[in-house]
Amino acid sequence: MSLTPGHAFPVHTQGPIERIQLVRYAGASGDFNPIHVDETFAKAAGYPTVFAQGMLTMGILGRALVGWAGDQGRIRSFSTRFSSIVWPGEVLTCKGRVSAVQGGVAKCDLQVLNSKGEVVAKGSAEIAMDTAP
Amino acid sequence: MVDRSLIGMEGDSVEFEVEKGAIRRFAQAIGDPNPVYTDEAAARRAGYSGLVAPPTFATTFNDTAYSLRARLPLDFKRILHGEMAFEYHQPIVAGMKLRCRAKLADAYEKPGKSGSMEFYVIEIAGHETVSGTLVFASRSTVIMRG
Repeated sequence: MSLTPGHAFPVHTQGPIERIQLVRYAGASGDFNPIHVDETFAKAAGYPTVFAQGMLTMGILGRALVGWAGDQGRIRSFSTRFSSIVWPGEVLTCKGRVSAVQGGVAKCDLQVLNSKGEVVAKGSAEIAMDTAP
Repeated sequence: MVDRSLIGMEGDSVEFEVEKGAIRRFAQAIGDPNPVYTDEAAARRAGYSGLVAPPTFATTFNDTAYSLRARLPLDFKRILHGEMAFEYHQPIVAGMKLRCRAKLADAYEKPGKSGSMEFYVIEIAGHETVSGTLVFASRSTVIMRG
């Protein structure tokens, strides 16, 4: 595969995030922080309701990233900074763009936007262009 | 005030076996229909020895981090996940046994809108149990708001 700086990957849209999905993700990931699944706890913590696990947002971005890389064996690194809370009902839009290419590795800037177009997560990834396992 | 003497504290060393069912359930939970996570024939056609785990699946090896977090002064009503980073050295495939250990790599504070915010950086290394080869490394930043 060949990627060049400035290349924009096809946008991936997923959602809306459903409350039951937060429960399913808690079970599958083993992260039982009640703030994501227990409305009473979330309100006691000062939030209007439960909200998505950051790692669920990163998981959805990871789905897009694997599609862009063609094979996840090519992904060398993947990081995300969570900047805003994702609420139930929101549709997420994942965007990716190649920022640099060096030594056969494409460095990519990643973004996740919510339904209002606000950035909820920013990230980066390194995709090896030549070698897959 | 963040107690910086906590830096270097480790979680329990925990061994995980990567299970097919766990990969399938995880892929379903993130809404990812890629057949390499659910169909062994598709995974083999893609060059893997069995079902391969999605890129964020390593978050399921978090028991070591939870054991560390239990020893930190965290209030679960005030914590948020700030950042997560993975480095991949080998694909994680079903049947693999991994030994994982978390370490508090950093702890610091910054002024925030509602008082001081505390940051705890937890690193996990996952090694293949038998060969000792590094499979993945992760770095997670937990923020506790004031």
